[in-house]
Amino acid sequence: MSSETNGKIKKVSIIISKGSLEGVYPGLIMGNGARMEGIEVNLFFTFFGLETIMKKRMDNIKVATVGNPAMHMPSILGMLPGMSAFATKMMKKEMDKIDIPPVPEFIEMVHAAGAKLYACRATVDMFHLTMDDFTSEVEDVINVGRFYELATGGQIIFT
Amino acid sequence: MESNAVNTLQVEVNEEGFLINPDDWTEDIAAQIAKQEGIDELNEQHWKVIRFMRSDFKERGQIPTIRRLKNAGGVTIQDVYKLFPDGPAKKAAKISGLGKPQGCV
Repeated sequence: MSSETNGKIKKVSIIISKGSLEGVYPGLIMGNGARMEGIEVNLFFTFFGLETIMKKRMDNIKVATVGNPAMHMPSILGMLPGMSAFATKMMKKEMDKIDIPPVPEFIEMVHAAGAKLYACRATVDMFHLTMDDFTSEVEDVINVGRFYELATGGQIIFT
Repeated sequence: MESNAVNTLQVEVNEEGFLINPDDWTEDIAAQIAKQEGIDELNEQHWKVIRFMRSDFKERGQIPTIRRLKNAGGVTIQDVYKLFPDGPAKKAAKISGLGKPQGCV
């Protein structure tokens, strides 16, 4: 089955598996950007990526300042209390300048744009979560088989 | 370069059909570009978006994002997608006589 029609991508299913700021934004930007191009979008949140759609966590997603060579600081500094919060604050400020929203607003936007959001069954069971833990934009908790069914005929992107 | 449907009005557009000069824009041209983009008739809601796009661009020198349409223009995202289906940011900018949006959101 072709995932393109007339050279245009018709559908993408994006897996968001990380719970850091730099882990969740690429998937959200690509998903939202796909909707802006009229592409059908599924967002599948798994493992620590689930924090993106958890009511209690989504507004508190931070940049990893430890073990991240691109921060250009020794990891021992990144360990200092408040360092991650500080780096996150700086980054959010820059993002806001180019109209990239905070995570909760982004989830609201991408959902309003027509993307479908799903939580991973295995992670939900592992962390003993229920639908009540998730923001209302989340469609359902689905297993990997269902994910592939939904992704059929499109591209799959893992982040 | 001029594209088929708007060249009757003698306005300059680029190879993707975006107006080169936003000042060339008229409501007639908007309606013609809309037709090319599959929107047969521009209603009051379309015009609300178009007017906001143009005035915000004039004020800030940047093509407003969908987020800005929502937060400053008072148009819901659902409505933006309904009014300009299949690529709302680009379509709204094109009909508003602005360039192709360059941002990622």
